[in-house]
Amino acid sequence: MSFLEVTAFLFEGFKISLLIFAVTLLCGAPLGLPIAFCSMSRFKVVKAISKVFVWIIRGVPLMLQIFIIYYVPGLLFDFQIFSQVDRYFFIEYGIADAGRIFAVLIAFTINYACYFSEIYRGGIESISRGQYEAGYVLGLTKSQIFRKIILKQVIQRIVPPMSNEIITLIKDTALANCIVVCEIIKQAKELAATKALVWPLFYTGVFYLLFVGVLTIVLGQVEKKLKYFRS
Amino acid sequence: MTALEVKNLQKSFGKTQVLKGIDFSLDKGQVLVILGSSGSGKTTLLRCLNFLETPDTGSITVGGKVLYDSNDAATLDDETIRQNRLHFGLVFQNFNLFPQYTALQNVTLAPTLLKKATPQAIEEQGKQLLTRVGLADKMGNYPYQLSGGQQQRVAIARALALHPEVLCFDEPTSALDPELTSEVLRVIRGLKSADSTMIVVTHEMDFARSVADKVIYMADGVIEEMGTAEEVFENPQREKTKAFLRGAKEAF
Repeated sequence: MSFLEVTAFLFEGFKISLLIFAVTLLCGAPLGLPIAFCSMSRFKVVKAISKVFVWIIRGVPLMLQIFIIYYVPGLLFDFQIFSQVDRYFFIEYGIADAGRIFAVLIAFTINYACYFSEIYRGGIESISRGQYEAGYVLGLTKSQIFRKIILKQVIQRIVPPMSNEIITLIKDTALANCIVVCEIIKQAKELAATKALVWPLFYTGVFYLLFVGVLTIVLGQVEKKLKYFRS
Repeated sequence: MTALEVKNLQKSFGKTQVLKGIDFSLDKGQVLVILGSSGSGKTTLLRCLNFLETPDTGSITVGGKVLYDSNDAATLDDETIRQNRLHFGLVFQNFNLFPQYTALQNVTLAPTLLKKATPQAIEEQGKQLLTRVGLADKMGNYPYQLSGGQQQRVAIARALALHPEVLCFDEPTSALDPELTSEVLRVIRGLKSADSTMIVVTHEMDFARSVADKVIYMADGVIEEMGTAEEVFENPQREKTKAFLRGAKEAF
């Protein structure tokens, strides 16, 4: 296989990695917000449930969570939902792995939402009481205070830790190969097994590096843009 | 005309009673200065007036309208309290400007969100207020680009933008360097007029004496002494007041 052919073959896998990355970010980031609010709730039961949930999700390896999401429905209800989805998409549309990818997306979204929620919580709680009080004495509603005063300060503060998580996320997508999703490392292993080519495995690092490079630049720009004020 | 009437205001935090029954009234256009050592309940009183704390008992009446009455549940719900806050303005010790907004945006934010006037009128008013506090050339600056004294003057303009009936100042110069104190005090003094009722908690004795129509000395959650500036400063009746004023004189 030529270098270009290997690159194209690996890129097919990297597209799956990018898909997992994008969906996790787009779904996990918003989902983190309600979890963060629950963790800060006045209602003790809501708060406790939320804290225990976050503890479990952050306390168990993501790989194990992928296994649980993928296998447990089949064990409990004798209905292998993700295999069914796999089959359906393959027969109807010729798309492979759809069910497995779906399982991975669920596990990743929940896992990252919990990490994001903790970042949001830290950001929100770091804003001084005085900011809320200044809003209150001006007769603003709680929602106006949050949207117009607190939110932007929180965003400014959470961009650096969020950047960190986002960079970790693209590398975590490699975990999807534990249930045989054809992301880039799985593709490389495929080449090692079928063509006795080992070097593509190391070559995958270049894909990650390039993408993380782009991410670093973009996130750095966002951070810089938000630095027009100091809080 | 009575602008503000406070009756039997009490407030406890846990087992500590911070306000033990505060009664006073204020006429329209008067400036009330509240003196007292830290822990005497001055700040809590201002916070109760602005509904940042909910008094346990008592009533607050502004311009004949009962804003708060611990016996009247209708005055206790969130939306009523939010509306009632608009009768008061509060300038904080540490300014609490909104860092992501310019000086002008800080002043226009609340009137804009509360739809008090057309955007043009609100902006025009904001510029006038900032000019009035001497910041015509700083309207586009963010808070971090302003000195403490300038920030506090923006905060004063921000409070004025909603035309509160009673404007409260909670130690407005305590967080400032001495050389910045005078510019803020000058602005506050300049606000004194026939139709602006103000309550100022301060440790600046000379300022207090010159600006006050009425002075309250608080100690341990009660009004220890109340009178005109002359009465309280020149001829205090109570031992605690005398000791406090003596201490203040020695300190400066």
